[in-house]
Amino acid sequence: MKDGKFLTMAFESSCDETAVAVLADGRQVLSNVISSQIDIFKNYGGVVPEIAARHHLENINEVMDRALREAGVTLKEIDLIGVTHGPGLVGALLIGIATAKAVAYAADIPLIGVHHIMGHISANFIQFPRLQPPFTALVTSGGHTNIADMQSYTCCKVIGSTRDDAVGEAYDKVARVLGLGYPGGPKIDKIAREGDPQAIHFKRIMLEKDSYDFSFSGLKTAVLNYINSAKQSGREINRADVAAGFQQAVIDVIVEKSMAAARKMDYGKLALAGGVAANSKLRAELEKACRKENIELYVPEPVLCTDNAAMIGCAAYYRYMAGERDGLDIDAYASLPL
Amino acid sequence: MEIKRIIKIKNEKETENFGRRLGESLSAGDVVAMVGDLGTGKTTLTGYIARGLGIKETVSSPTFTIIKEYNSGRLPLYHFDVYRIGDPEELFNIGADEYFDGDGVCVVEWADLVSEELPENSKYIFIEYGEKEGERIYKCTF
Repeated sequence: MKDGKFLTMAFESSCDETAVAVLADGRQVLSNVISSQIDIFKNYGGVVPEIAARHHLENINEVMDRALREAGVTLKEIDLIGVTHGPGLVGALLIGIATAKAVAYAADIPLIGVHHIMGHISANFIQFPRLQPPFTALVTSGGHTNIADMQSYTCCKVIGSTRDDAVGEAYDKVARVLGLGYPGGPKIDKIAREGDPQAIHFKRIMLEKDSYDFSFSGLKTAVLNYINSAKQSGREINRADVAAGFQQAVIDVIVEKSMAAARKMDYGKLALAGGVAANSKLRAELEKACRKENIELYVPEPVLCTDNAAMIGCAAYYRYMAGERDGLDIDAYASLPL
Repeated sequence: MEIKRIIKIKNEKETENFGRRLGESLSAGDVVAMVGDLGTGKTTLTGYIARGLGIKETVSSPTFTIIKEYNSGRLPLYHFDVYRIGDPEELFNIGADEYFDGDGVCVVEWADLVSEELPENSKYIFIEYGEKEGERIYKCTF
């Protein structure tokens, strides 16, 4: 406790980012440190090795120290430790978990494991201090595509997921084929503004009627087929039109399914989460659709949409307040149901 | 690497038949190494291999997490996408050798990027586009 406020420190290491955050009373961010922002990485010539757990291991103590320092608190003042325990890359998750456990044990602080998707959705509580569940949530990122029913602060039901590629992944792969580079999301978003989304029509893959699941692999293949056949017949490819057509096909499906889910749940609120929420076209189209149907749309700022530990701390706080506790035996899970 | 057979796949139904049959025949410790461009259907084929193993969950792309595990079948399936791995040696940082020697079946997408780190008896499938849309050519070393 500090100044009468409950302090949560949280760890997130499920994929590329090593992140530690400190929150006051679950929703106020005191610090939100993400490894790729730290200057020491610039010593590597800007190349941050992407995936290996080893890098999380090298960074996590430094990231934690910095999170405490920026928050202006000491470990003794921390009341709760939260940590992502899945889904993700097990080797990477383990570093966050082992560190969280060690700190929890050494300083005698309660520990809560958090589902990564629950964390993403909880970012909305940080951005919008008055937002309360229930609401419909749309999680779109490099690794996840879900529509969820956020019933309470601690109970979330996933009603739709991708059956193949995640949205962000489809963007990355199409960007790769178009020679736009990585990460694909912002690159396609940008070049698509110069293109005509109606110029090339790619099929909208809706799956079965009433299904909230997604499939983007076929769309990716359709784009590839288009490019290959253009190349074979010597036609020049208008990359902006391809990007715009692809993006429109993705967004039409996401908007239609999200709105159908929001309508069915009838909470009057739709909250976005995950890195793809930063996509300008997706936001614009969802805003339009939500306005038409009188649904409030919540979109956290980009730093809270991409992987971060503040969102994990928020989710941990609410689980703790609901009386939940985890032991020092919590483990990492590559796949973890919500 | 010797190609033992070349299979012409006309449509997804044939991918399903091939994948299911392969999945039914695999044993613990087998590594299926897939080599093929974006959009050639590596994850789709893996999904059908999973069906052949009796796995019920949806097999979605492991590009982001590098490895996904499925435990509902006759044998565990460890599904790798090593595209994002910069250096083959990084495979060991994620504990891949333990998976290769393990109790289950491994499927590795983009296997050409890490071939020197894969077991010698890995079952390679080189996937190429066929002439018509939807057609694929599978060149197998087994």
